[in-house]
Amino acid sequence: MTKREMMTINMGPQHPATHGVLRIELDLEGESIIDARPIIGYLHTGIEKTMEAKTYTQALTLTDRMDYLAPMSNNLVYVGAIEKLMEVEVPPRAEYIRVIMTELTRIASHLVWLGTHAIDIGAMSMLLYCFREREKILQMYEFVSGVRMMSSYFRVGGLAQDIPAGFDKRVKDILDTFPAKIEEYEGLLTNNRIWLNRTVGVGVISAEDAIDAGLSGPSLRGSGVAWDIRKSNPYSYYDKFKFDVPTGVKGDVFDRYKVRLEEMRQSLRIVAQAVGGIPEGPHTTTDKKISLPPKSETLQGMEQLIHHFKIVVHGFTPPKGDVYFAIESPKGEIGCYIVSDGTKKPYRVHFRPPSFVNISALPKLVKGRMVADVVACIGSIDIVLGEIDR
Amino acid sequence: MGLEKYIPDGIILTTVEKAINWSRKSSLWPLGFGLACCAIEMMSTFAARFDLARFGMEVMRPSPRQADLMIVSGRLSVRMAPVIRQLYDQMPNPKYVISMGACASCGGVFNNYAIVQGVDRVIPVDVYVPGCPPRPEQLIDGIMKLREKIEKEKLKSVE
Amino acid sequence: MASVVEEKLKKEYSDKILELFSFKGDVNIVVKPGDIQEICRFLKTEPDLKFNFLSCITAADYLGQRDIRFEVVYVLFSIPNHYRVIVKTRVDEGQEIPTLTSLWSTADWQEREVYDMFGIGFSGHPDLKRILMDDDWIGYPQRKDFPLTYEVPHFSHNKGEIDTRKKEPWRGDSDD
Repeated sequence: MTKREMMTINMGPQHPATHGVLRIELDLEGESIIDARPIIGYLHTGIEKTMEAKTYTQALTLTDRMDYLAPMSNNLVYVGAIEKLMEVEVPPRAEYIRVIMTELTRIASHLVWLGTHAIDIGAMSMLLYCFREREKILQMYEFVSGVRMMSSYFRVGGLAQDIPAGFDKRVKDILDTFPAKIEEYEGLLTNNRIWLNRTVGVGVISAEDAIDAGLSGPSLRGSGVAWDIRKSNPYSYYDKFKFDVPTGVKGDVFDRYKVRLEEMRQSLRIVAQAVGGIPEGPHTTTDKKISLPPKSETLQGMEQLIHHFKIVVHGFTPPKGDVYFAIESPKGEIGCYIVSDGTKKPYRVHFRPPSFVNISALPKLVKGRMVADVVACIGSIDIVLGEIDR
Repeated sequence: MGLEKYIPDGIILTTVEKAINWSRKSSLWPLGFGLACCAIEMMSTFAARFDLARFGMEVMRPSPRQADLMIVSGRLSVRMAPVIRQLYDQMPNPKYVISMGACASCGGVFNNYAIVQGVDRVIPVDVYVPGCPPRPEQLIDGIMKLREKIEKEKLKSVE
Repeated sequence: MASVVEEKLKKEYSDKILELFSFKGDVNIVVKPGDIQEICRFLKTEPDLKFNFLSCITAADYLGQRDIRFEVVYVLFSIPNHYRVIVKTRVDEGQEIPTLTSLWSTADWQEREVYDMFGIGFSGHPDLKRILMDDDWIGYPQRKDFPLTYEVPHFSHNKGEIDTRKKEPWRGDSDD
């Protein structure tokens, strides 16, 4: 006489397919899942409290470490929130370059997503191909800022330094070679029988459930809701560029995969429009209390030297108040809530991470499916543990 | 020197110690243990451009019982510390640890309540690789220093 | 859109709204903690407003700067109308706020994080326990009276004086 019992199994913090230190408790009956409970907090860093002890520009370097696959997106949301609070005018040259670097960041993040998602499902060579393309974008990061990943290139009022000569040529090289690579990935996966068997109909979530659960970004667009913050509340000159927002139909893993592939193509389209016409001008705002003066003037003029000293040692002081500013990061809506009390250090900084809200919808996606589908669903939501735990 | 004249081709003479050390250093199997941002640079090091398979390390084992090198890549939070100790204890001897990045070596940028200030408070470390994150070439340099260290091990020290 | 929101709220709930102002382009509404469920339900279901997406729940600690210590902030977004509104309440230590999990299921984890970081209770929450810290952690890290760290870096001028293995009261060690 056999008895059926429910078994609780732990997909522990160290696991090859959980994309970091995520722990999931699965209640199983045989191989089918009754409930799944994600447990987070194994990478909690206390970034928000550490930022309260540093000046605004020092705290910017900590924002790179949250979503470490798309570091410039985090920089942009933090800098954008302070600029909204202080009503700073950013020059057009800086805005164009910010758009180019943010879209390249989006492509880099989607490449890591594709590589790790495919290797979890079984297509091992995709990881090597995607990381090969990502090297080109990391070389662009190094070209403008000197650092491969954590660049902190954006500053309040514009950029840290101007782009060197030869930037146009390198970006155009990437634009020439990339579309063929995306075709290569599609040819490997989209009509592949194994891929279709493992992704079509898996992890379905309807549009109402997705909005109720707070999903945003490609995870929400895969279910058919056409909401992209770059179109609905444009920031940083996105309303000047033409691009489409791809949506899915059913809301399964395959739809989210198609949405992200198409987003890579649209990002290339935006970069092509932007790199053709970068305007001349200063790379940072002309407000002397916020941005550093050019080095040649600092070495010769007394007033510029004093400004340089005050900005570096003391920093700028925004007015009192609090704002919330959100942008479209590769994973969804990332928001930054800043409270300022009129001093040089932020009083309270909070980031609304898209992965934190997206992973809380995991139980809805996997109920009733089998254990192997958990891996596919985690991959399709595209989480980054650094952002979830902050 | 005089003996090699009398031995046919294809045979080398060495000591047991050198042979064991050579085989250990040439096929280190790393444990798949990535915590945070340094893990992405570690994955880049394993990928096509900065290939680690040429050092014999392409087999990345997910289970600690089958691995002999743990590369701690990323910041170790206080909640994760017992987990890493358990993983280290599960690895069979001889085992080596590389602490990759500033956060794993000394707490890095984060000096607060939630981050262990250096992974060597919890497990013993062989090689420290600085950087935030270290470039793939830096990690490869750290691995080569570990190989030099393994080469110099005596038979008696491995218990 | 801002004027539509302000008009409708003033018509229906002029007695329950403590403050209503616009700051840097966003409408901010301050209400009492007991009324938060009603106001949010109104904002979600009213046909002209339709704030159907809960972006973020967070809090801030104003110890020493205000009479009422904590301020809990809810950010709502309307997907059809592309508009964002910020709702705030002020709570004291030990006071509880009704939960919003009946309206949006995303409020579950966000309120757990506010409880974990600040110690603010939410009444009616299905499973209020810590989410980012250990289950047996003592203290609420994001409050202003919780220290950032007890460790002090070693320099040559304070080398002999520092005890590196300091006891950490928030893990239950006592300081004797």
